Amino acid sequence: MNKCGYYSQFGGAFLPEILVATFDELATAFDAVKDDPGFWQEYQTLMATYSCRPTPLTLAENLTRHFGGGRIYIKREDLNHTGAHKANNVMGQGLLVKRMGKTRVIAETGAGQHGVATATMAARFGYDCTIYMGEVDVERQRPNVFWMEQLGAEVVPVRDGTRILKDAINEAFRDWVSNMDNTHYVLGTACGPHPFPEMVSHFQSIIGQEAREQILAREDRLPARVYACVGGGSNAMGIFSGFMADDGVELVGVEAGGRGLDSGAHASRLCSDDAAIGVAQGYKTYFLQDTEGQMQETHSIAAGLDYVGVSPILSHLKEAGRVRFEAATDEDVVAAMRLTIRKEGLIPALESAHAFVQAFKEAPAVAPDQALIINQSGRGDKDIFTVADAFEDPGWRDFIKRKAEQYKA
Amino acid sequence: MLEHYLRQRRQEKDILLMTHIVLGYPSWEASLAIVDTMVAAGVDLMELQIPFSEPIADGPVILRANQEALQRGVTVARCLEFGREVARRHPIPFIYMTYYNILYRYGVDQFVDGMAESGLQGAIVPDLPPEEGDGYMAAMEKNAMHPIFIYSPTTSEARMRYLAGYARGFVYCVARKGVTGMDTRFSDDLENYLARCRAATDLPLALGFGVKEKADVDFLRGKVDIAVIGTQTIRLVETQGVAAVEAFIQGLR
Ligand SMILES: Cc1ncc(COP(=O)(O)O)c(C=O)c1O
Repeated sequence: MNKCGYYSQFGGAFLPEILVATFDELATAFDAVKDDPGFWQEYQTLMATYSCRPTPLTLAENLTRHFGGGRIYIKREDLNHTGAHKANNVMGQGLLVKRMGKTRVIAETGAGQHGVATATMAARFGYDCTIYMGEVDVERQRPNVFWMEQLGAEVVPVRDGTRILKDAINEAFRDWVSNMDNTHYVLGTACGPHPFPEMVSHFQSIIGQEAREQILAREDRLPARVYACVGGGSNAMGIFSGFMADDGVELVGVEAGGRGLDSGAHASRLCSDDAAIGVAQGYKTYFLQDTEGQMQETHSIAAGLDYVGVSPILSHLKEAGRVRFEAATDEDVVAAMRLTIRKEGLIPALESAHAFVQAFKEAPAVAPDQALIINQSGRGDKDIFTVADAFEDPGWRDFIKRKAEQYKA
Repeated sequence: MLEHYLRQRRQEKDILLMTHIVLGYPSWEASLAIVDTMVAAGVDLMELQIPFSEPIADGPVILRANQEALQRGVTVARCLEFGREVARRHPIPFIYMTYYNILYRYGVDQFVDGMAESGLQGAIVPDLPPEEGDGYMAAMEKNAMHPIFIYSPTTSEARMRYLAGYARGFVYCVARKGVTGMDTRFSDDLENYLARCRAATDLPLALGFGVKEKADVDFLRGKVDIAVIGTQTIRLVETQGVAAVEAFIQGLR
């Protein structure tokens, strides 16, 4: 183990000794493939034949007209197999697992998207699969639990701690320290100890590579701004990486503002004063923690953004001034989602809708000959229960009641 | 000096006992009573765990003890005060065990200075390998505190020697893969592993994870210097109360 995986002061590998050899093995396996064009080719072919890549870049003409400013493009990660950008990371790691000769995969999941993607990958590659999911998330994302189980995964509800994403990560690590010989932990976002932030960003960079080519083909110029929601930071790193070297492109990360940044009920690490630099879950970054170093409860309407930490690479990019961070409240998110559904016939995931909120705020002030790209990281069908509640849809409520009656009978 | 103390103590006893408590769990009064009882029962040194919300290397029993202690409002300052008090009351060495974020947020230098002033002897920080621990190791060195590093069955011989270069006092050998509180097979494999540990360092060796009864301690006699009892005494206090601790400890060797 060498001291590495730092992005200015963020990142690192704060590992219990029992996992050092496993991380060395993983870093070696990843190093062997990351600059190998043959491996990337294999990955691209897999994604093209299994997951609808390249995903389209859709011009949102109605939204553009509605806001009367910059031309709004939407990068359609929702069209990935399993409905989110999570597939990119998972299939990449799946190929790596094959190279390492392991036979079992484990993962944490918040929204359930990463869990479903991992269970899908496991089914496809023939790996055993266990998914850890906080009990609170099991409740709010039941349809995904159903699908994970149908895909052959064991779903373990995590009842310790705050019973959401961070607690699921802890449990996945506890499994891994026992079973590392045959098991790979498919971490779902650009967080955790080195090499995960780099590796997950690497696989997600396929989004940005495509988006850059697509926008140049359509507009013959680079976009003025690129928006992505930020949970752990993987879809944001994915699309941002395509434009990182283009100084004129402003990159905007949107965090979960929950009930507002001064409510204490949010998951905003990079644009609230409630976060501070710390070390947990094996890496150094901004965490929502108290003055004693204990992690705080977080809140977001979007389970996939409800996390205490954030990619160390994004913490670095914030301090370096390369990425601007904003927060979107639950209320604004629901409104942006509703507008997008009505105007474009697109159903963004609640997570993705955070990026839409900020783009909508800013679009009117952007010149009409300029383009904006929003990363639609996933599709919103999975959120039907949460969204129906937020929309207070009476027809849906009646349907659920009748359904419950039928089951009771 | 911790190493010297351990060697002297080993002249008198063929195996030493280190026990573990989670500070403030189930209450501060109980923590103090448990320490007093353990010392009276002949424990040779003690590990005091400062609770953390994300104790990634701990299994369900210690994890829940951490959570409950935090719910009861246990603070780092109160833990340091407790350390000072027990170090004053009892002649055995006390070391802190906690995760790095606790030190990081408190200020690594302040934390280590505080430890030294309180009469503590060292610390185990399981998520801080030497590669990440420059500031911590410098502060420990300055204060003549002992950073305790960990060996595991997956640690290579080269890495064991590397870790030995930073370790002071003793080396904590983890008996097996996994987290605290699961069963350990006291087997030939374990014996071979301990022989590898022994070859890699001259420091005294402690073995922990899964030690819970006399047979386990008997197995370890002659192979390591210290047997570590962690989860088992927490379970005991939970099921039978503090009063059961004395007989349990005395029955171990
Ligand atoms: C659709 C969707 N978008 C975004 C996220 C947030 O993750 P990240 O920030 O790693 O992209 C999730 C996480 O579950 C998700 O499901």
